[in-house]
Amino acid sequence: MAGNREFFNRRLHSLLGVIPIGLFLLQHLTVNHFATDGVDAFNKAANFMGNLPFRYVLETVVIYLPLLFHAIYGLYIAFTAKNNVSRFGHFRNWMFLVQRITGVITLIFITWHVWETRVAAAFGAEVNFQMMQDILSSPLMFAFYVVGILSAIFHFANGLWSFLVSWGITQSPRSQAISTYFTMAVFVLLSIVGIQTLLAFV
Amino acid sequence: MAEKTVKFIIQRQDNENSAPYEEEFEVPYRPGMNVISALMTVQRNPVNAKGQATSPVTWDMNCLEEVCGACSMVINGKPRQSCSALVDQLEQPIRLAPMRTFPVVRDLQVDRSRMFDALKKVKAWIPIDGTYDLGPGPRMPEKKRQWAYELSKCMTCGVCLEACPNVNSKSNFIGPQPLSQVRLFNAHPTGAMNKAERLETIMGEGGLANCGNSQNCVQSCPKGIPLTTSIAALNRETTIQAFRNFFGSDQD
Ligand code: SF4
Ligand code: FES
Repeated sequence: MAGNREFFNRRLHSLLGVIPIGLFLLQHLTVNHFATDGVDAFNKAANFMGNLPFRYVLETVVIYLPLLFHAIYGLYIAFTAKNNVSRFGHFRNWMFLVQRITGVITLIFITWHVWETRVAAAFGAEVNFQMMQDILSSPLMFAFYVVGILSAIFHFANGLWSFLVSWGITQSPRSQAISTYFTMAVFVLLSIVGIQTLLAFV
Repeated sequence: MAEKTVKFIIQRQDNENSAPYEEEFEVPYRPGMNVISALMTVQRNPVNAKGQATSPVTWDMNCLEEVCGACSMVINGKPRQSCSALVDQLEQPIRLAPMRTFPVVRDLQVDRSRMFDALKKVKAWIPIDGTYDLGPGPRMPEKKRQWAYELSKCMTCGVCLEACPNVNSKSNFIGPQPLSQVRLFNAHPTGAMNKAERLETIMGEGGLANCGNSQNCVQSCPKGIPLTTSIAALNRETTIQAFRNFFGSDQD
């Protein structure tokens, strides 16, 4: 396997983006959407998630470790590219660039977000509706959350497209075109979910 | 001085290590002229637009009919073959530059060795030599032959490597051109006997997995080779190969 380390790393990077990170994103967006049903609904859901048995094990194995690998290897990938959309302005080349930009934004956002919620929780703060309301009461933070969430969702949706190519599932130009429509629909729909949730806090 | 001329802005470089600079040339217009015929005029009379004598511009060429790939250069920002670049179809002034993804030898001439080395690395041929006559190999269905012919049109011109954002000095990505050749030679009934070997080569450092799906290659290839379909198909083949290597028997 040693000779194939790069192959293995790239494939792992692609896989981890969907399972578990992508699945976690879906779950996270869904659970947070309870905020649109009011304070109690959100607090109940957040409580349930925050008090799952083996929480630290789950968080580490399902979220932190995969995310760390995906982020570090992703930065390496992003910075070994020499973007050239000014010379080659094709749709996919733009997506290639945006995928890298949203990846970096998402990393910054998630770091901040984890710091503000999970790390704060470790120091005794309670993660609840009130906490998010306080954070999002600042227009600057609200804008940061909008950009961060949209970046994360785009990166996931378009990443799903390249996952299908990288693993050899979509090969024909037609299947790749249809999966473009599909993944962009995923982007739009999840964005609505994310923004609705954010608006529920203001 | 009523004669019609075409202006060329050429990025020049005196040797492998010297700094590039621009020089302008005014070439008399002739109907149907292409970039190479203009360069030939410059070569016959190496005088730049300011009227100063200069060294003749060098470039590479061979077939003059877009089948050898030697004459590729960046013309008005796009890598393509200069022999088939008609002046009438180009915006003027015409800007010429070497494909800097490759080491520049001089002026517009680049060293395309990396592509030939890549073909050797992936064994882009069909081994038929032996110590005795091996007899005729298996036949190829006509339909498959027609399909394979399209892949075999690659002329190692380097345009796809120049277009790829992941082929650059910071990365060791082999690029789209040799990958598609792996698919071609693996599809051949005799070539398929070395299929696993070729797949394992492109699963190594700088191989297939470095593709980032910008798909510039397929948009730029002058021969219309379905590079991204080849890459996706190889992605599937290598997925299967990786599982075989890990879970399979000692025969795989
Ligand atoms: S695949 Fe196309 S662009 Fe690439 S080297 Fe071959 S002919 Fe040129
Ligand atoms: S000279 Fe052969 S492709 Fe142009």
